Amino acid sequence: MKSPPAYADIPGTTIFDAEMARKGYHLNQFCMSLMKAENRQAFLADQRAYLDKWKMTEAQKQAALARDYNAMISLGGNIYFLAKIFATDGKSFQYAAALMTGMSQEDYLQMMIGGGRTPKGNLYKGEPDRG
Amino acid sequence: MARLSAGIGTSHVPAIGAALDNGRSQEPYWKPIFAGYEYSRHWIAQEKPDVVFLVYNDHATTFSLDFIPTFAIGCADAFQPADEGWGARPVPVVEGHAEMAGHITQSLILDDFDLTIVNKLDVDHGLTVPLSLMFGQPAAWPCRVIPFAVNVVQYPPPSGARCFALGRAIRKAIDSFDADLNVQIWGTGGMSHQIQGPRAGFINREFDQAFLDQLVHDPAALARKPHIDYIRNAGAEGIELVMWLIMRGALDPEVDELHRFYHVPASNTAVGHLILKNRSPS
Repeated sequence: MKSPPAYADIPGTTIFDAEMARKGYHLNQFCMSLMKAENRQAFLADQRAYLDKWKMTEAQKQAALARDYNAMISLGGNIYFLAKIFATDGKSFQYAAALMTGMSQEDYLQMMIGGGRTPKGNLYKGEPDRG
Repeated sequence: MARLSAGIGTSHVPAIGAALDNGRSQEPYWKPIFAGYEYSRHWIAQEKPDVVFLVYNDHATTFSLDFIPTFAIGCADAFQPADEGWGARPVPVVEGHAEMAGHITQSLILDDFDLTIVNKLDVDHGLTVPLSLMFGQPAAWPCRVIPFAVNVVQYPPPSGARCFALGRAIRKAIDSFDADLNVQIWGTGGMSHQIQGPRAGFINREFDQAFLDQLVHDPAALARKPHIDYIRNAGAEGIELVMWLIMRGALDPEVDELHRFYHVPASNTAVGHLILKNRSPS
């Protein structure tokens, strides 16, 4: 049995390692296609049809349609690739980050202005005093 | 001979570029960040580097999952600002130094650093935001740039020790280039930040300060820091900081710290900036 990597006990964090890269290859390459303006238009015109051109799993397609970034990450998506989706939607990194934390944009913005999410309670899974 | 006069460390947050491009640099949110580089803009106008060896990472822009080079050197005459999905930044084309890049490539490969040679490379915010922070908004960048891309997208990035050793080899390569050039090396990325998952927004001021101190005064020890320490304590994307060790490795063992700036936040990220001057005659 393979033992879990050292970073498995970091809360709220998925490391894009070889295993995730294998899982997410087609999802990430779909994202990469959105670097071209004509592909962005084609995707927005008929999202399902565009996704069906890629060898993605149904779960990956559903997560992409729902813009569920945490789900896409758990299915092998890498944030720098997923950024092409929210860029296509005209959204910023801060918008996407707030979404993934479950916070409102405003609350997230205020947390960052206040110095960001603190290390206390956020270094190891199961630590008390999260946030 | 070419001489390496100084090293610069800086974050390369994309939102900083967007703020500048959209004329928002004097807004209260952004103003302190640009103010933190005011000294640097004056300093570099005096220094007038001929060439900047610019260590950065590509963010799934030029390199998709098709090719993921750990170390890639840009050997072209020019590099276009990339369209990262929002349209290309309105910044000048980046002029390379093909001859010097070729020399450094040969020197590094023969020193056992197996580089990927790239002749077509669109450069993203990782490279252009540092140029904007240091030079503002000129019609043309005032120096040549050799882009050096490090993989930090798919785990694992190269180790801190490898980056530090690479820096030393880069120094040797620069020192042996037969041309009267003032060269700087920049290490970019970081500081602490995480832009994915429920822990997004993670910032660790203490880690960042300790990193900056150790980078200046005890880089060989810092180079032994394992990846897990960065990921856990500086955020998943904070691991970009290993690129600063390439810059530091190229400098003299003892350097003078001319300037330091630290600020939270820029979008999701802690901004760090250092100017280190070599003590050897230049």
